Amino acid sequence: MDNHFDVIVIGAGAAGLTAGIYLSRAKVNTLILNEGVVGGQMVLTHEIANYPGVENISGYELSRIMKTQAQKFGCTIKSNIKITSLDLTDDLKKITVNNKTTYTAHAVIIATGGRSRMLGAIGEDVFKGKGISYCATCDGDFFQDKEIIVVGGGNSALEEAVSLTKYASKLTIVHQFDHFQALEHYVDEAKKNEKISFIMESKIIEFIGDEKLESVKIQNQATQEITEMKIDGVFIFIGYIPNTELFEGIIELNQWKEIIVDKDMKTNLSGVFAAGDSNQKKYRQVTTAVADGTIAALSASEYVFNKKELSEQALAN
Amino acid sequence: MLRTNLPHIESQSEHSDLINNNENVMVCCGRMGPMCIPVYEIMEDLQSEYKNVKFADMDFDIPDAKVIRSLPECRTFQGLPFTIYYKNGKVVKATSSIQSLEDVTAILNEHFGK
Repeated sequence: MDNHFDVIVIGAGAAGLTAGIYLSRAKVNTLILNEGVVGGQMVLTHEIANYPGVENISGYELSRIMKTQAQKFGCTIKSNIKITSLDLTDDLKKITVNNKTTYTAHAVIIATGGRSRMLGAIGEDVFKGKGISYCATCDGDFFQDKEIIVVGGGNSALEEAVSLTKYASKLTIVHQFDHFQALEHYVDEAKKNEKISFIMESKIIEFIGDEKLESVKIQNQATQEITEMKIDGVFIFIGYIPNTELFEGIIELNQWKEIIVDKDMKTNLSGVFAAGDSNQKKYRQVTTAVADGTIAALSASEYVFNKKELSEQALAN
Repeated sequence: MLRTNLPHIESQSEHSDLINNNENVMVCCGRMGPMCIPVYEIMEDLQSEYKNVKFADMDFDIPDAKVIRSLPECRTFQGLPFTIYYKNGKVVKATSSIQSLEDVTAILNEHFGK
């Protein structure tokens, strides 16, 4: 059967591609189905300088190498597809894409990763690319000598805020809590930068403008007071959410919709494994995703091998 | 030079030839950055599906890219990539910043069909 594989991996980020490399090299017939772009969050990283064995590489280059590596071992990769239905509960797993093609496999590895969290404020969709950005290195130079806001209080927000002061004349960090989640080093760097000021315990509730962003409404979370602030641009860095909507009610998820796995990356369903940023875990790095993908691949490989052996024994008897 | 599998537009004359000699054209003008790469990859994947559309990219930082940077439709844009859809040489749609597969196919279907 052309559409039958030993293992289907859902997602082609660092975890999914690693699983594809390990499985295919072990001659496990593997299909990777990917709804987005190959590389996942890795592609969003301009420079990776802490991947062991590689001094310096862009996330895009690293993902291209991983993809080529997986394909060289025989892994089939289908990207920019839409998964329209899936059945993971039976022994034979079934996944339908684009409402027309169904693929089957003995085991599935979920490696769907995460995506940038949006604020959800009024007007956010309207002004994306017209004053609202989620990438400092991409869009920073559009805001030369302009006044901007950075939303967020984690490492990314504070690090990117400092880097954006290369362009901006004035930068305000808006954060919903009265303290930062970022490491002390990032907070210190931001606090000693003369261009940066802070609005704490506050949220942007509305983006306002005509053809491009002109101002924002900010609500103080303690007093509920709303103020309007004229602004040229807003950069949003408020973390990631796991891409697990497809699996709600099927796979066991925690309160943040992250997949719960054991040390072998097994989910609560037999033959279903999960790896990478969509899993419940504390640290999300390319290296940790690669580690998860390796473990999930080895576990899935063992599962498939045992399944096949049992089938052959049954046939022999 | 952009490292994609799309045809690259490298001059204003190439841009002019492309949009004037083809009914439906989609051009993504950007850098090899996190917001641009996903759009290039979507275009690469859609090339075989939309045979009636010519797909191409253009490096945002080359001088001749002013043919896109200075379009009236892009005057409010502040996010890469600038993606322009042309029909018979005229701009029918322009978007700024990252776009999803759904965003791109919705525009292609609305303006060009399959």
